[in-house]
Amino acid sequence: MSSPKQAAAVENKLTGGHRACAGCGFPIAIKEVLSSCKDPIVVVSATGCLEVTTTIYPYSAWKVPFLHNAFENAGATCSGVEGAYQSLKKQGKITKNIKFVAFGGDGGTYDIGLQSLSGAMERGHDMLYVCNNNEAYMNTGVQRSSATPRGANTTTSPAGKVINGKQQNPKDLTEIMAAHNIPYVAQTTVGMWPDATKKFEKAFSITGAKFVNIYAPCIPGWGYDNSQTIKISKLVVDTCMWPIYEVENGKYKINYKPSVKLPITEFYKTQTRFKALLKDEAAIASIQAYYDAKWARLQLMEEATNKA
Amino acid sequence: MEKTITARTGNEAMAEAMRQINPDVCAAYPITPATEIMQIFAGFVNDGRVKTNLITVESEHSAMSACVGSAAAGARTMTATSSQGLALMHEILFIASGIRLPIVMADVNRALSAPINIHCDHSDTMAERDSGWIQIFSENTQEAYDSMLQANRIAEHKDVITPVMVTTDGFIISHGMERLEMYPDAEVQKFVGEYKPQYTVLDVDHPITVGSLVLTDYYLEYKKAQHEAMKAAKRVILEVGKEFGKTFGREYGLIETYKADDADFILVAMGSTAGTAKAAIEELRQEGIKAGLLKIRVFRPFPAEEIAAVLTKAKAVAVLDRCESMSNQAGPVATEVKAGLYDAGVKVPLASYIYGLGGREIYIEDIKNVYRELKNIAEGKLKPEQAKYIGLKE
Ligand SMILES: Cc1ncc(C[n+]2csc(CCOP(=O)(O)OP(=O)(O)O)c2C)c(N)n1
Ligand code: SF4
Ligand SMILES: [Mg+2]
Repeated sequence: MSSPKQAAAVENKLTGGHRACAGCGFPIAIKEVLSSCKDPIVVVSATGCLEVTTTIYPYSAWKVPFLHNAFENAGATCSGVEGAYQSLKKQGKITKNIKFVAFGGDGGTYDIGLQSLSGAMERGHDMLYVCNNNEAYMNTGVQRSSATPRGANTTTSPAGKVINGKQQNPKDLTEIMAAHNIPYVAQTTVGMWPDATKKFEKAFSITGAKFVNIYAPCIPGWGYDNSQTIKISKLVVDTCMWPIYEVENGKYKINYKPSVKLPITEFYKTQTRFKALLKDEAAIASIQAYYDAKWARLQLMEEATNKA
Repeated sequence: MEKTITARTGNEAMAEAMRQINPDVCAAYPITPATEIMQIFAGFVNDGRVKTNLITVESEHSAMSACVGSAAAGARTMTATSSQGLALMHEILFIASGIRLPIVMADVNRALSAPINIHCDHSDTMAERDSGWIQIFSENTQEAYDSMLQANRIAEHKDVITPVMVTTDGFIISHGMERLEMYPDAEVQKFVGEYKPQYTVLDVDHPITVGSLVLTDYYLEYKKAQHEAMKAAKRVILEVGKEFGKTFGREYGLIETYKADDADFILVAMGSTAGTAKAAIEELRQEGIKAGLLKIRVFRPFPAEEIAAVLTKAKAVAVLDRCESMSNQAGPVATEVKAGLYDAGVKVPLASYIYGLGGREIYIEDIKNVYRELKNIAEGKLKPEQAKYIGLKE
């Protein structure tokens, strides 16, 4: 669905009244996914904010079939659901075309669920895995993950007197997934609805294993006003810290190149998690250099993979 | 019915049972001594002898996770594992039983690390005794095959809807070649029947939410429902065992007794050791010692009343555990037997033994010694000991 307006006109498969914070990023991600799928869809989810806030018994916000298993196994669980579907379809016990999507947070995907995801992608199940990246373990109270950016203040990487926030740059999961040589890998952000939905629509049109990493801000975890979710999730793209791109059958395409590339501090200034980092000029310079190099490399990848 | 007499290892028998059951999905990962089951089964898949979608996952954790996904999708789902593999599944075993998925698993009993060891004991299965799975032990290849053919009927019964593991003793049964009576495919399939799940996540016209967050207001009720299912399982296991007997000629219950009716001394054991005990009893009876056996076939649900009813007549009882629970009291089987006796008001001298850990052999002579100790206990010459090790090197 190319616009939120159009999506709002059709039936909402994730109803309101769930317990996510007002202004949270992931309900937007879910709507972008669900409104991009024309076929019936089955949702699998890892443990995390997304699952916990939408399925408090005896209620459920889901109007599509939903299965939560554990924290680290959305990939394997979804491969089981899809495996069952393939078997039953072949036997003629199911006739409908059904699509499968697994959601995991960055903790459930970059960290504890990486093996399960890797296995599911390698086996080529006909499923889409969506990583809802809010750059920390939010459900358990903002602990650092391997997706947390360097310098961010989290409860397990606090801005202390000696050590200032997280010391490592984030793992590049999208590139790890691209290295699986699956037909479709993409990176997007909740704030760019047309880009996100176009990617999900494309993903659902392709047979095989697909992976999309979606940037989804978290209000208490990042420290900003809840009216700013969309703005912040777009701002990160203009700094080139979170480039919007896709890898289709090995070919890279950067979907958005900012006309003016903003310094990373423009992004940092909007969130309290970077407050202490902003005082450390040396760290900022080193992080800026890191992202500049990554951006340059991505452009080279696009060039290299598109040569005739 | 025309039965085929064959020679099969336990693993071959398990794989044959799975071929005959012909599940919709299997998700599995290799581990000694269970690997063969899936190797043989993969052959059946690739030769088109079964309709199964075999998902060759990257770990046992993922195997059980995929089984949960598949079973929630309404597919008849099976797997096989052992030891470290079962331990790696631990977290998801509780989820499979908690969300009530009738998955069936072959578990080949093997010692848990450390130290790493590939041989038989029951520590892997016992570590999962509170996982909410029905647990059926096998004395030999025939029992393993027969129990596997009953497992789906038990697991899928509407009053049960609980996963089942059927275990064999690693190497002793899994790799030991034995006489196996197999039944015709069509008869097995008739007995096992078609699987018709009540709810599935593939029923897109009737969307359900599975695996909800259940907090203080409903968790207790949720668990009580599971508790009731485990109670019902006892009845269903007996019903299925009886029907199996009528159909195939071998009836199964929760326990089996051997010369226990007039026995002064009864030994309680599980798995292949029951066979060794039967041989020991034959020899002891020649010597005039009235020895008997109580074999526990079903460890979960635990047949406490049935066990107490048998042991009440004994002068002394020995319980053999092929597992350490490091409680300083007794192994898990003895602990539960004692609890059952207490509830039934039976006070009988009871000695408990730990044996066979890491595959250490147990001989007829070892078991005869246990009976001789029971005789001394009954005569007041010896005090019953707990968690006494058998076959320990000096
Ligand atoms: C095996 C296991 N370890 C730890 C947890 C506790 N836990 C639940 S959710 C969560 C963090 C989730 O973080 P993420 O995946 O990033 O999702 P978010 O809540 O941030 O959306 C943790 C640590 C768990 N449920 N299971
Ligand atoms: S804590 Fe963050 S991720 Fe969780 S519901 Fe609130 S805003 Fe969303
Ligand atoms: Mg997170």
